[in-house]
Formats: sequence, structure tokens, C-alpha cells
Amino acid sequence: MFFTYLRRELRNRRKQTVVVAIGLAVAIALVIVVNAVSTGVKDAQSEVLESVYGVGTDITVDQPAEGPGEGGGPGRFDFGEGEGEANEDGTRELAQDRLSTAMGSTPFDASALETVAALDHVSGVAATLGLQNMSFSGEMPDMEEGDGPVTMQMGPDGSGQGSAGGSSFEIEQFTITGVDPDATAVGPLTTAEVADGRTLEAGDKNVAVLDATYAEQQELAVGDTITVGGKDLETVGTVSSTTGDGVATASDAYLPLATAQTLADLADQVTDVYVQVDSAENVDAVAAAIEDELPDASVSTQSDLAEGVTGSLSTASDLISTLGTWLSGIVLAAAFGLAILFTVSGVNRRTRELGTLKAIGWSKGRVVGQVAGESVVQGLIGGAVGLALGALAVWAVNLAGITLSGASGGLTMGGPMPAGAVQGGDTPPDGGGAFGERADAFADAGNAVDIVLQAPVSLWIVLAAIGLAVLGGLLAGVVGGQRAAKLRPAEALRSLA
Amino acid sequence: MYQIDDLTKTYRQGKRVVRALKDVSLTIGDGELVAVQGPTGGGKSTLLQMLGGLDRPTSGTVKLDGKDLAGMSDTQLTAARAETIGFVFQNFNLIPTLTALENVETALVPSKIARQSRTARALAALDSVGLGDRGDHLPGELSGGQQQRVAIARALVKNPKVLLADEPTGNLDEETRDEIVDLMVGLWKEQGLTVVLVTHDSVVAARTPRRLRIAKGAMKELPPR
Ligand SMILES: Nc1ncnc2c1ncn2[C@@H]1O[C@H](COP(=O)(O)OP(=O)(O)OP(=O)(O)O)[C@@H](O)[C@H]1O
Ligand SMILES: [Mg+2]
Repeated sequence: MFFTYLRRELRNRRKQTVVVAIGLAVAIALVIVVNAVSTGVKDAQSEVLESVYGVGTDITVDQPAEGPGEGGGPGRFDFGEGEGEANEDGTRELAQDRLSTAMGSTPFDASALETVAALDHVSGVAATLGLQNMSFSGEMPDMEEGDGPVTMQMGPDGSGQGSAGGSSFEIEQFTITGVDPDATAVGPLTTAEVADGRTLEAGDKNVAVLDATYAEQQELAVGDTITVGGKDLETVGTVSSTTGDGVATASDAYLPLATAQTLADLADQVTDVYVQVDSAENVDAVAAAIEDELPDASVSTQSDLAEGVTGSLSTASDLISTLGTWLSGIVLAAAFGLAILFTVSGVNRRTRELGTLKAIGWSKGRVVGQVAGESVVQGLIGGAVGLALGALAVWAVNLAGITLSGASGGLTMGGPMPAGAVQGGDTPPDGGGAFGERADAFADAGNAVDIVLQAPVSLWIVLAAIGLAVLGGLLAGVVGGQRAAKLRPAEALRSLA
Repeated sequence: MYQIDDLTKTYRQGKRVVRALKDVSLTIGDGELVAVQGPTGGGKSTLLQMLGGLDRPTSGTVKLDGKDLAGMSDTQLTAARAETIGFVFQNFNLIPTLTALENVETALVPSKIARQSRTARALAALDSVGLGDRGDHLPGELSGGQQQRVAIARALVKNPKVLLADEPTGNLDEETRDEIVDLMVGLWKEQGLTVVLVTHDSVVAARTPRRLRIAKGAMKELPPR
């Protein structure tokens, strides 16, 4: 009788049933979609981070530059008087290679690696030396004596070419990471796979592995040489990112750590330490311990790093976490309200019917159960429809192949750099050529990672969605049932039809 | 069957207090057929509610088979309504979404008997009111008289000791009214039920051996005919 009565009642008030079920369905679908997309965005974020920091890196340690203008900066070229070869037309051929640490970071002693490795809960460490190589070649007007040395400064990340005051020059730059070939568990190379040749091996010296994207752009292949800090190195292989097609790895070139240190004249110095922690709950504790041990260092956990992810990815992340959550919350509340409203009005409409059942001997519990049962089944229908709707929407989102692009703040990434032009001004009266203009645009455009949004639907969220639908039905059932419980059996005798 | 002593029922409506029953004392014997007459608002339905355990008296006792309904718990009252008391209402009060047969079956739901014998008994009850072939009709597909027959079958399917009817013919035309009264009188004679029939229709009351009149909450016995 319970199910017969329930089925008939729901079929009889088809419209209310459909409205309540659809309300719940939309709310549940929204919850599923928001959850799936937000999981997808989070996955994408950690993919962006992985493409920079490698798989399994929980904490990174580096040391920010102490202040601007120190040490001349990576883009500064100084030419002494009479340097280079004088041309007959009164200009001078100049060429210079500069190898320095990457923008914004200061090298620190490699002993930090042992310090970190000795900490509790640290399961893996690797240190790298991030470098930047800039080469200048071109001709400048010959300076007369007494004019002092010529100084030219380039944007920190930029390569450039241009001409000013009778000069023409070319500046090229690429990023280099010195890695320990033995430390393979963590670090930037964990997301890199060999595209051609081989990767770095223990005992390697004066060789380089190139990012495949960079190599292609520079028309370099295995066996070719690249010049780093004035020294020619043989390219033994190229690597590409496992993160996605056409995604650049963290650096343009990878060198054995020792080679990088020698070339940069930074013996036993590193710029980044990658730390793997044994389990997620210890990450904060380990980060704090590192900060204690290395007071000058900047320690970032994955979540710190995630906050540094910029681009449409971070916009999507913000949108989903605020608008998405609010929206699904509001729609859910509205759907619950609707379910309650309809159930209560249904009980009110059926006052005499339910009173009659009580009058002929139905217990309070049985009448309440009947009313609540109707609501719960409505919730289940809503849940099932919502599940289908949500799955469909998530499927559509995945099919649409929404591409999010994100860049991680802290690190200069490799990959193709757009060639930028530096505005050349008139030669200042003192005869020195000053080329300033920080080329910020360089930093933004090239190093973003594009990731196609994949929104996963977990079993957990499926169960949670069904649970929410049943909860909505139950809530309505409890409120409606309470009314039905209070209903006096004498209502059966009310003569109004 | 019923022993009623000093039964008073007052309703409070805001500041106004309505005394629907005033010190009513009454005995109804086993197997009696009693008509309760009176003007509208006199207290007829209130008396029936007290007899049926639908509401509690303000004071006094209503003994059914020696047990005071006023002193029973909700659960006990529910059980008494499920087993001992059958109700018939002026508006039939069938469940609109259930068929005639299912409506009759609802009266057997509290007794938790097996589905098959429940259906069989409901069918037999429908048969006894002459609607054996209308079991799968919804109430909306039946005439008023037929609906009241279904309601009577629902009241009697559980073999109650008492049948309480509040204006069972109030919504019916004269011809149908007579059919229903015939049916009820017939069932009363057959089954040895105790029947209390509220009506303001003197034609109906004339068919009963005993008549009571309630006006302004006070009850008096009308002379037998
Ligand atoms: N639930 C209630 N709350 C307040 N007053 C009530 C309630 N039920 C009945 N009354 C009042 O009690 C008095 C008796 O009502 P009752 O329904 O018993 O009369 P009745 O004789 O059945 O009348 P009718 O012939 O119109 O059905 C009336 O004045 C009525 O207004
Ligand atoms: Mg009445």
C-alpha cells in the first residue's frame, strides 16, 4: 500500500513532482559541475606547477635577490675602451657573453641541500642552479678617448636587437638550469621526457640537454654546440614536457650542476632546492623547519605556489571558487525551499485525506512516513535526473576542450621567447649608449602553459550529490511530516469539501 | 457498548469559549441502532468525535466496552480506531488517488495482515455493498452513492464493533439516500453492529428504533415510535 499510494500521489500531482524534482536536479547538477570543474582547475594548476617544479615537489626553497641594481644585473654589458675590433668606418665590433643567475634569485651555498635533507619527514631533495645566458654581438660607434666606458643595459629577460647612435647589435638570451643528474626523484626534470638523444647522466661534463621547443626554435639538434658563458658545450639530447604537447619545460637548457657552477663561477652555489615530503600533512611543518634552518631563504609550499599561478587559469579558479560555490549554494537552498514549500502545501491540501487515514486507524508514524516517503522519492528522482544532467554537463565541458593558460610566478620559464625590439634613443652627450626599458612584455607572453580543462567526476561527488538530493527530500518530508503529525484525526469530520 | 458520563467538551476560539457538549450522560447498548438529530452547531459531530476517539473530552468519561477512551494513550486510541470503530463521513472521504478496492484496503493496513488476504477481504466487503465489479474504479469515476458504499465497505471490512456515521446521506439525493439507509440498516441487522447515525434528516431518523436529540450541547432522548 505504501508504494502504491506513494506512486499514485506523486503521479497525481505530476506538476509539483516535476517542478520539485527539476529544482533539485538543477541544483545537484550544478554542484557536480562546479565540483568537477574546480577539481579540473586544481588539477590544471598543479600541472602548471609540475611543469615548472616537477612532479612530487612539495616545497621549493630559493633566495630572492636582495635589491635592484646589485651586481649589475644580468642584462648589463660593460665594454672597456678599445675593446673589440675597430672597423674602418669608425665603429667597433663587440661581442660578449654573460652568464649569471636567473633574474630575481640569489645563489646560496649548496650545503643547504644537506641541511634540508637531514630534516624529519623529508623524503627527497634536489638542488639546481638557475642561470641566464646573454650574448651581445654588434657594432658600436668608436668612442673617443675620455668618453669613459660604454655601458648598455638590457631588459632582464629580454633578447633584443636594435640600433642607436650609429650602432647595430643583437642580444640573445636563454635560460639554463644546472641539475644533479643523480637526483631524479624531484626537480624540474621529473616532468621532462627525452625527445631525442639522451638526458643527463652521472659523470657528464661540459654537455647540455636542450628543451625540445627551444631547440626547434633555434634550429639546434643533438650533436650541435651551444655557447654558455663563452664555452661551447655539446648538445647530447633534447627533452619535452610530459605536461602537454608543445609545452615548454622549465628551462631552455639543462647542464650538469657542476658544469653550470664552474661556468658561472659559482662553485658550490645553487639557486633552488626542491623538497619532497613523506606525506601531505607534514608539508607545513617541514616548511617551517626549513625556514628555521635557513633564515635568508624563501620557502614556498605547493599551495603558496598555486597562489602564484596567473593567467586565465587563476581567473577560472577564482570564478569557480566564488561564483560557482555561491551559485550552487543559492540554487541548492532554493531547491530545498521549493521542495519544502510544495510538500507543506500538499499536506495542507490533503488535510481531510490525511485526517481520514488517522480516523480509520493509521498511526501518526504511518501517515508521516507516507508524506516523508513521497518527498524522499521526489528527492531521489531529482537526484537521478540531476546526476544525469550533471554528467552530461561535465561531459560537454570536457568535450568543449576549454584551454586554460597559466603561468607560475616565481620562476622564469624556458621556451620560445618572442624577439623584442629595444627602443634606441639618441646617444647621450657623454657618448655612452644607454638601452634601458625593462622588457616586461617578454616575461608575460612566452612562458604560460596551456592546459585543456579536464573536469573529473568522482564517485565521492556522485554519492554526495545523491545524498544532497535525498537530504532535500528528507528535509521537506520532515517539515511536511511534522504538519501531518500535528493534524487532528477529527479533521476528517470537517464538512468543507 | 457505550457508557457515557458527564461528558463535556469545550472549544476555545481565541477569547470565545464554545461549549459543544454539556454534561452529556448516555448509555448505548450492544447492537443498538441510534439516530442523533439536532440543529446545526448543536454538537452532533462533537459527540461522534468523542465516541470515535477522534478527540478527547474536556471532562467526563466515554467508556467503550468498559474502557475509558478519555484515559487512553494516543497509541491505544489509534488501535481502538483501527480495530473496534468504523467511520462513515458525509463527504465520503475516500482517498482520491486510490481505487475503490485500495480505499477499502487502507482500513486493513494498520492490522498488518498479508496482502493477499487483505485484498480478498476488501473484495468481499465491496461485494457486500454491491460494488464487487467496481474495485478498480477511482472515486472520481463513481457516483456519490457508490462512493458512500465504498466508504461503508471501508468502515466494515475490519469487522468493527461500532459503526459511527456523520450525516452519511447528507450529500445524496433522496433516492440514493434511501438506498444507503437500506444498506446500513441491512448490515446492522446482519452483523449485529452497534450503529450511531448522526442525521438532521427525520426520514432517516424514522428508520431507527432509538432517537436522540442534541441542541446547544445538551442531549435529550426522543420518545420511541
Ligand atoms: N474544532 C473546533 N473548534 C472550535 N469550535 C468548534 C470546533 N468543532 C466544533 N466547534 C463548535 O462546537 C459546536 C458544535 O459543533 P458540531 O460540529 O458538533 O455541531 P453539529 O451538530 O455537528 O453541526 P452540523 O449539523 O452543522 O454538522 C459549534 O458551535 C461549533 O462551532
Ligand atoms: Mg456535524
